[in-house]
Amino acid sequence: MSAESTTAGATAAENVALYDADNPAPVIEAPRKRTRKTPRSTRTNFELYGWLFMRLSGIVLVVLVLGHLLIQLVLDGGVSKIGFAFVAGRWASPFWQVWDLLMLWLAMLHGANGLRTVINDYAQRDNTRFWLKMLLYTATVFTVLLGTLVIFTFDPNIR
Amino acid sequence: MSTPTLDKHSAALDAAETTAAHTISVTFRIRRFNPEVSEDARWEDFQLEIDPKERVLDALHKIKWELDGSLTFRRSCAHGICGSDAMRINGRNRLACKTLIKDINPEKPITVEAIKGLTVLKDLVVDMEPFFQAYRDVMPFLITTGNEPTRERLQSAEDRERFDDTTKCILCAACTTSCPVFWNDGQYFGPAAIVNAHRFIFDSRDEGGEQRLEILNDKDGVWRCRTTFNCTDACPRGIEVTKAIQEVKRALITRRF
Repeated sequence: MSAESTTAGATAAENVALYDADNPAPVIEAPRKRTRKTPRSTRTNFELYGWLFMRLSGIVLVVLVLGHLLIQLVLDGGVSKIGFAFVAGRWASPFWQVWDLLMLWLAMLHGANGLRTVINDYAQRDNTRFWLKMLLYTATVFTVLLGTLVIFTFDPNIR
Repeated sequence: MSTPTLDKHSAALDAAETTAAHTISVTFRIRRFNPEVSEDARWEDFQLEIDPKERVLDALHKIKWELDGSLTFRRSCAHGICGSDAMRINGRNRLACKTLIKDINPEKPITVEAIKGLTVLKDLVVDMEPFFQAYRDVMPFLITTGNEPTRERLQSAEDRERFDDTTKCILCAACTTSCPVFWNDGQYFGPAAIVNAHRFIFDSRDEGGEQRLEILNDKDGVWRCRTTFNCTDACPRGIEVTKAIQEVKRALITRRF
């Protein structure tokens, strides 16, 4: 070991970026370090409700989405029957309006919350995390509002 | 092993002659890091003649005592109780003192590295402070109100059984540092802290369960668990860690509704 350190010392003159006992290499910052930027604990039930929502909406979505796919793609001649008239006919009934509205809201919120946890888990930097989530929330709000608007203001006599 | 002490000397000599038959050649590929030499970690191979029925810890001792004294690792009791020598052996978190070489395919090089997610200080030694910080945060001690009883706080066998599994934790950090959520975001409390909270939350004598549940209801609490079961697989004491975390989740839900 001493031989090694002497050779290290010899090359130190040529190699500036060398470390020794008085000047150790920097180590990676420890996780959970309490700094001024560390957020205080939240004391809300948001994550609890989020977790519960994922389970409950998932169960409902299994019925809604499988039923939707069955009607749209399998029954009555499959995908070829879908057209403006088919959609107009379905949305004439409040039942299918509610079905589609429920599916839209649950699927979007379910997916958005899932992506939110993915971003929380995988985004490395605070800035990346923040902007990815902003993008996600914008896209979610836009899609949900647009879909809701279409379902409620759908006019079958449009030209 | 059961040789009487009278024959000890000759038995030892016989053993020395026949050890060659028992030992095999094993390569240990160890992740070395020394901040006083370089900022980069590197793999270093050590070739050993060792009995495959020995433990990885014995091999590390052999390397440190006979080949390279600069190899740094933690161990205290060396018998799976103190929880000092958790390390990543062949890509899985294990206790070096409970892992037999024959059980981890000695034909290929055996990789040994520090547990992940915590700052490596030197070779296999990591800074455990964040881990213990999370442990302290869940208040791992008995909380009661009122006057102390003049005798023991008695508990039925069933009440004791309720949290028996989580009393086995030795705080080796094998679970927390096998958790992918902890790897990415060290703010997560980690399985070990939740296990130790579970030990008190489900203790009939304890009255601080509500406070602990409130702490674990935090956004970095139990809800970040993705049930990947890495912690259960890693636990050298066989604690069903993920089950304990799920029980805390259930307690939070049933408390609310």
